[in-house]
Amino acid sequence: MNLKAFLAMLARDARVARRNIVAILFQTFLQPLMFVIIFGRVMVGSGYMPANYKSLLLPGIMALCMVGTGIWAVAMPLIGEFQFTREIEDRLLAPMDISWVAIEKVVAGTLQALAAGLMVIPAAWLLLRPGVDLTLHRPLLFAAVALLVALFSACGGLALGCSVEQTHIGLMFSLVVAPMIFFGCTYYPWSALDKFPIMQKAVLVNPLVYASEGLRATLVPQFPHLSLLAVFVALVGFNALFLLFGLRQFQKKSVS
Amino acid sequence: MAAGIRTSELRKVYNSAPPLAAGSGGAFSFAAGRRKGKGKQPKPEVVALNGMSLEVRSGEIFCLLGPNGAGKSTTVGILTTRVRPTSGQAWIGDLEVWKEQKAVKRLIGVVAQRPNLDFSLTAREILIFHGAYFGLSSQERSARAASLLERFKLTDRADQLVRGFSGGMMQRLSIARAMMHDPQVLFLDEPSSGLDPQTRLLLWEIIREYNQSGKTVLLTTHNMEEADALCQRLAIVDHGKIIALGTPAELKSSVPGGYLLRLRFGVHSPELLQRLQALAGVREVRGTENNGADVYADRGGSLIGEIANLALAASVELCDVHISEPSLENLFLHHTGRSLRE
Repeated sequence: MNLKAFLAMLARDARVARRNIVAILFQTFLQPLMFVIIFGRVMVGSGYMPANYKSLLLPGIMALCMVGTGIWAVAMPLIGEFQFTREIEDRLLAPMDISWVAIEKVVAGTLQALAAGLMVIPAAWLLLRPGVDLTLHRPLLFAAVALLVALFSACGGLALGCSVEQTHIGLMFSLVVAPMIFFGCTYYPWSALDKFPIMQKAVLVNPLVYASEGLRATLVPQFPHLSLLAVFVALVGFNALFLLFGLRQFQKKSVS
Repeated sequence: MAAGIRTSELRKVYNSAPPLAAGSGGAFSFAAGRRKGKGKQPKPEVVALNGMSLEVRSGEIFCLLGPNGAGKSTTVGILTTRVRPTSGQAWIGDLEVWKEQKAVKRLIGVVAQRPNLDFSLTAREILIFHGAYFGLSSQERSARAASLLERFKLTDRADQLVRGFSGGMMQRLSIARAMMHDPQVLFLDEPSSGLDPQTRLLLWEIIREYNQSGKTVLLTTHNMEEADALCQRLAIVDHGKIIALGTPAELKSSVPGGYLLRLRFGVHSPELLQRLQALAGVREVRGTENNGADVYADRGGSLIGEIANLALAASVELCDVHISEPSLENLFLHHTGRSLRE
């Protein structure tokens, strides 16, 4: 590990993010905020949804926003930089073990996902109030869940970004990201699937379920949610799996 | 203290499609992954290097000359930690490349065949961040970036994103970046392909200047003029092996006679070839495809009249004649029977 090179790469990613800040903000917030407006305001305001749906929705939106941001922030540049132009080469040639180049991407993605998640809370709260009932009784547990969710998004981004080619980006979104979101308990709690027992078991392979339920458990514990122990075990497991797989893929792509 | 380069019996076999140039990774896709798992399709094997042993002295400009696909880029890729050899060893100075990658990366600067610039950054940022990856202080990297931009005539566009740069500008910036951390060994993979003649001359001047400061330079090319003009020693590479090695003058004089006359006749006539061999100044005659003959001799144009007379006497039509003066191209032909351009 070469701390100077590692920090210089983080600074490089920060510079690029700052340059593209408007695009990043739109990518991160537009879709979640539209969900907040339609589901939180229109559906609730018109009486199709109960009033307390707002509080149930917010942690799901936060999970969605964080996971989307982290995956996008890590996978898209990697897919681009490993293409024909091999833009990543100058970092692979830096005097540092190449796995640290991948880890730097994961750290940058985690930070972006955390920033996105923390910005969604006040934004959604402003849009939805009154009637959002957040109770942050256990701030440390919330921080730990948020960190694991952010890390999951970045590790997932690494695994996808090093496994998918540019021509398959569309497929990645329709085959991997979209099903993950719809079956990720973002707009409904896991317990809502009680009447669909097969689906309820099947969605447990989806890491976003634990992200949404973990944030629900720490932000709106009044609603039914998965146990925090299950959330921690699953997220730590998925993170380790995606990180190891992502690093292996990164090595394969880096060295012929 | 400059460092030399050494390789011993390098072999590289690509299992996937070989990269277009050293450093590009094997393509991976869902479909390819599934096939691999079931093992239904045998993997295509491409032997890129087949026992490459090489020694470049510290402080020299050394050139690998060969046609596309000869193994030049793979050699550079292995020496710069971008391609893992199937077997064999490589050293930069006293460091074994694949055992001490980090230390090796500090010693080398690499210019890839295609510009692999960081397209999200401006020209100046590319140099400054590169300096930062190598631990240069903030002042040092700003100063070096400014002087390199000036040297490579890029100051006007220094603060623009490099996406809009022309090919020549990108190539110049790639070289400036490779020099940013003042490496002891500079690798340039076909540095002048796609450059206009003026930029090529600037590049040659910069390479010579860098070498004069005591640095080792290894460059690959399929341009004989470049090898001849720039290199102190060169190796001719074909099919992943070195087939000749020496100074440009030594190599050129190793071709029998120096001149090469490529002839083509209407019919194949072994007797005529024998008579050609007897002409004064002819060193070697080789029959080639399509009723052709390569005549190596120590004179050129003055032989044509005699050859034409011999052909006439043998009632064989002389269809085509091409004379080339002593050159590395002739050397390549002499060793491989093929032209560098084929």
